[in-house]
Amino acid sequence: MAEINELIVSEPPPLADRAGVGAKQTPPPTRVRGYWRSVGFRLRHDPATLAFAAIVLLIVLAALLAPALAPFDPYKESIIGRLKPFGWRGHLLGTDELGRDMLSRLLYGGRVSLLMGVLPVLIATLIGGLLGVVAGFLGGRTNTAIMRMMDVFYAFPSVLLAVAIAGAMGGGMANGMLALSLVFIPPMCRVAETATTQVRALDFIEAARASGAGTLTIIRYHVLGNVLGPVLIYASSLVSVSVLLASGLSFLGLGVRPPVPDWGLMLSTLRQSIYVVPYVCALPGAAIFVTSICFNLVSDGLRSAMDVRM
Amino acid sequence: MGKYVLRRILYAIPIAFGVSIVCFSLVYLAPGDPLQTVLPPDATADTIAIVKHAYGFDKPLPVQFLIWLGRVLGGDFGISIATRRPVILEVSQALANTSLLALFAVPLAFTTGYAMGAVAGWFPGRRIDRLVTGAAVVGVSLPNYWLGIVLVIVFAVEYMVLPATGMGPNGSPGFNILSWNDAQYLVLPVVTLAMIPIGIIARTTRAAVAEVRNQDFVQALRAKGLSEWAILRHVLKNALPPVMAVMGLQFGYLLGGSILVETVFTWPGSGFLLSKAIINRDVPVLQGTILTLSLIFVAVNLVVDLLQSLVDPRIRRG
Repeated sequence: MAEINELIVSEPPPLADRAGVGAKQTPPPTRVRGYWRSVGFRLRHDPATLAFAAIVLLIVLAALLAPALAPFDPYKESIIGRLKPFGWRGHLLGTDELGRDMLSRLLYGGRVSLLMGVLPVLIATLIGGLLGVVAGFLGGRTNTAIMRMMDVFYAFPSVLLAVAIAGAMGGGMANGMLALSLVFIPPMCRVAETATTQVRALDFIEAARASGAGTLTIIRYHVLGNVLGPVLIYASSLVSVSVLLASGLSFLGLGVRPPVPDWGLMLSTLRQSIYVVPYVCALPGAAIFVTSICFNLVSDGLRSAMDVRM
Repeated sequence: MGKYVLRRILYAIPIAFGVSIVCFSLVYLAPGDPLQTVLPPDATADTIAIVKHAYGFDKPLPVQFLIWLGRVLGGDFGISIATRRPVILEVSQALANTSLLALFAVPLAFTTGYAMGAVAGWFPGRRIDRLVTGAAVVGVSLPNYWLGIVLVIVFAVEYMVLPATGMGPNGSPGFNILSWNDAQYLVLPVVTLAMIPIGIIARTTRAAVAEVRNQDFVQALRAKGLSEWAILRHVLKNALPPVMAVMGLQFGYLLGGSILVETVFTWPGSGFLLSKAIINRDVPVLQGTILTLSLIFVAVNLVVDLLQSLVDPRIRRG
């Protein structure tokens, strides 16, 4: 926290300097980095996090470039080629219950699964973060109103709430993402509120107010800079949860509808075939697992690089 | 203490009220008319009006909510559209089956997770710490529905040592936990369920133990000449409150969030009931299950808060 504040309240130059007396003083021997530069420095010297970030990048690229990379059409069915093992007639990862190429479907499936994993976190970060900052900064009755409302949603187990909302709304990709966003807003709001309340009590806010800064200016320059760290870290840790939950919703039939390839949906339909080609059936889940664990490890690396404690 | 308990209980009431509002509104989130499932598609306007009146849908929403709340408080959750049985019966039976899983998954997850986290936090940076931290990350990143399928592939398809799904030939009424014939059906779902809580609890415990270990009072205890074991006992006790909060959340997750695992293992518990209700668009069951599970979750969190304040009296003053 202290380091973040140093960034915002730059110390005035020593009086001697202004008087022009100490102009010939030599600069201090140690180089002092800014906060974000030191975060970058720490990240560059953390090979494990870099490696996992590279894997995340590869997964995202594979999903984006699916049309170019996929060896087959992900929707092309084949009656004789159903549920074939690895390597059958050029199908590197086998085929599914309708004879569609697994590798192509996994590549295309990444697009939907990643989108459903990342977008709800972005929405929740914006809305929840904003609500949290407003609640924390204004305090008083606004805070009570917002935070008590969040408490109600907090009272539901997250999986249950997501399933309930998506289920009541009749499933589908958009409803699934909406349900996940609603699930993530309360915890995100709480993180932002806690951070804002802490910052608000600090002296430099008082100083900014005394020097005539308006509420919006204070929030923009002094509060957001300090709240951004915890919020970003929390959001990055949510991505892994969101990927798991989004695929879980599709697994229950509440997310994407067939025949669109999605890892959770593929896992759910292939579940019937585990006695025929067990290892092919395990593939979509493996993709979910690898994505989720890499996002988790990158988030852990970011957390220690940014030195945020929650 | 009494004052704190009272305040905490009073605080849970508006939360429970809010939860019931959310559950009630679920019906109105559904696209189309909630009566759609009851009425035949060719019903006349008169019939629709009569049914609407009979179900009370012609009254304003707040009135409908109060009527619904009154019935729910009296234990009447309505009738299941799919099975025509009272929802309360369906829910209580499913809950009993879920509790059976939780009965084993909770002790397994809490003891394993706490022990792993305590060892890792006691030796920060050592090999055992890295091992536990790695295992914990795997635990929290695992899609448990996939883990369930993989366990079935390994233990039921490849090695055929454990049954794949279900509750056994006797079903839930005749389930006898003391005979291996029935109890073997518990093994895979319990292990699958426990995996995520183990990871989460291990992580929290590791962080809490590592932090408490660095506090001054530990140095004082050591200077006083206490044995490492006695110091460990003090550290563990001080690290308990944050871990307990997480355990409470995980307990709720094991009761309510087991929907995916129960679907994989077709275990006739509350989660499975919920997923069936969603497929059948059985709104009364959906409402009843979610309301029951979330009220249990509220109660569990209340109990955890009270237990926390027993372990750590400082919380009461906050």
